[in-house]
Amino acid sequence: MDLTYTEEEESFRAGLRDWLADVLPALPAGPAPDDWPGRRAYDTGWQRMLYDAGYGEVHWDAAPTLRLIFLEETEKAGAPYVGANFVGLLHAGPTIAAEGTPEQRARWLPPVLRGDEVWCQGFSEPDAGSDLASLRTRAWRDGDCYVVSGSKIWTSHAEVADWCELLVRTTPVSAEVPKHRGITWLALPMDAAGITVRPLRTLAGSTEFAEVILDEVRVPVANRVGAEDDGWRVSMVTLSFERGTAFVGEVVACRRLLGELAGEARANGRWDDAALRRRLGRLSAEFTALWRLTQWNVSEARRTGGVPGTGGSVFKLRYSHARQELYDAAADVLGPGALDLERPWTLERLSALSYTIAAGTSQIQRNIVAERVLGLPKGR
Amino acid sequence: MEGRFGRDALRAAVEAPALDRELWRALGDAGFFALCVPEDAGGVGLGLPEAVLAFEEAGRVLLPGPAVATFLAAGDVEGAAAGETVVTAVEGELVPWLEEADVVRGDTDGAVPVRSVDPLTPLHRVPDAPNTSHDPHDPHDPYTPHDPHAPRTSAHVASLLRAAEQLGSATRTCESAVEHARTREQFGGPVGRFQAVQHLCADMLVRAELARVAVYAAAVTGDRLAAAGARLLADDAAVRNARDCLQVHGGMGFTWESDVHLHLKRAWVRAGLGAGARQAEEDLAAAL
Repeated sequence: MDLTYTEEEESFRAGLRDWLADVLPALPAGPAPDDWPGRRAYDTGWQRMLYDAGYGEVHWDAAPTLRLIFLEETEKAGAPYVGANFVGLLHAGPTIAAEGTPEQRARWLPPVLRGDEVWCQGFSEPDAGSDLASLRTRAWRDGDCYVVSGSKIWTSHAEVADWCELLVRTTPVSAEVPKHRGITWLALPMDAAGITVRPLRTLAGSTEFAEVILDEVRVPVANRVGAEDDGWRVSMVTLSFERGTAFVGEVVACRRLLGELAGEARANGRWDDAALRRRLGRLSAEFTALWRLTQWNVSEARRTGGVPGTGGSVFKLRYSHARQELYDAAADVLGPGALDLERPWTLERLSALSYTIAAGTSQIQRNIVAERVLGLPKGR
Repeated sequence: MEGRFGRDALRAAVEAPALDRELWRALGDAGFFALCVPEDAGGVGLGLPEAVLAFEEAGRVLLPGPAVATFLAAGDVEGAAAGETVVTAVEGELVPWLEEADVVRGDTDGAVPVRSVDPLTPLHRVPDAPNTSHDPHDPHDPYTPHDPHAPRTSAHVASLLRAAEQLGSATRTCESAVEHARTREQFGGPVGRFQAVQHLCADMLVRAELARVAVYAAAVTGDRLAAAGARLLADDAAVRNARDCLQVHGGMGFTWESDVHLHLKRAWVRAGLGAGARQAEEDLAAAL
């Protein structure tokens, strides 16, 4: 296990730290969690600052280790999270960078890095969740365009997005075409005619989700990334990124939160409860190990050429549950305060409930680990 | 390691438990005990990262004997490095292999034999053991609870090496469960096609892999808190993986003939040696 950094990597870290120490004190406070236009402006503004300072390309053109250092240091310094840029920077961007043509990279990547354009994700459908490959949004060719009809759900930031990375079915499932074939990856301009966005309210009260209805929307064939019917493979690149490195900042934040919980417990007297103290100690061991696993996954990605591997599923399974346990512990630290939505940890505790569901439920993750990593026979 | 102590040797040892001096010398010849002794002192001159790999293999094959204490004594107890002298130590309230060892580190006054749950680890109990958060056989006793920057003690290294053994065991029981699930047929096919069985196996892998990064990283950094964390995750992985492995094996898992119970019992014993999980959790909490 290599935990050492090169001189170049350490100097990148030092330069980034200096820059963050310079700019963060002058940054205005972020908008309310539900103010989506405000959040878009704030998040893309921060992205622009990073770009102007020369950090724009760290998200996919830099070596994975530099990306890891970048995410670690920005989180440690308390810099704004990627926010509304999440899909562009961590999903669609990496996919286009890996699978797009030179023209597509030139068209879509710079605006993401400059904070000019926001992306959302059109993968899940009302009848295609964990079983994503059974998606039914149809697309058929009409001249230079695909015509797309269907509906997408759980589309974060759809209200303020300029583009949507969209999975559509171009060839129907048949005896010859299994469901994983016949899917195509398209860049959908969100201002096209025929798109209806309906916000969905989450159990946390927020409205970052939306349902997106597509009624004969025309998408140029030039907006297709990868070959027709090859979209499943193309999208797996994205999901590997999500399971590999997309949570680096969050793990750093969780370790910081543990320190804050200890501080709060010492202040309010709950630190005297040995059971609570020991629980926090054990969580500290868990999150330290999850951080090491992240580093391991990134160094594996470097060794194997860029795309994180199966270690991502192991990480996703443990992290999603550990995050929920962490906020349950936070509730015990707060006591009755845990029922007060004004306390920040209360809302986070609610949001954490999505982690064992989003990007493949824990149950599906276990199937994937059992069948693809351990080689057990196909489940039933 | 499998060549020197394979399954046949393991089962023979279970039927006639005794310290195998020949095996011990063979390990000494192979450099196992002298891995971290400097080369100019006649050792192999490697570090903790290599040592945890060796102990992981020892845990995997359920190597019997006080390997951790002998390893820590190499370089300062005559004959320990060569496997000629068998060294054990008081580990918390327990002393493994007390009667068989040539040298015992720590105070064994009033030690009484225990009918050990693990057929391959004879145990004595020291009823009035000093505060177990201290390392009783370290003359400098630099252990200061709640001080993350305290120097490394042999107790801290012992704990990490035992965690490496737990990791090896957790990995082996995961593999064993998967092998069984692939080959054991019920209802017209392998039981590993049932999701209920698959999910047990997947969770075993997650526990083992998380313990692995914790143990390896603690060995690389040498950090005592990292070692405490590694110990917690590795104890958990070894004990719970052995339990799940037993469950996946069904009735066979409950037999003496199966190796699963040997992994579970040894995992319990390793988890019970030294300062204990409570101390590790308290140390980690105190550093928050």
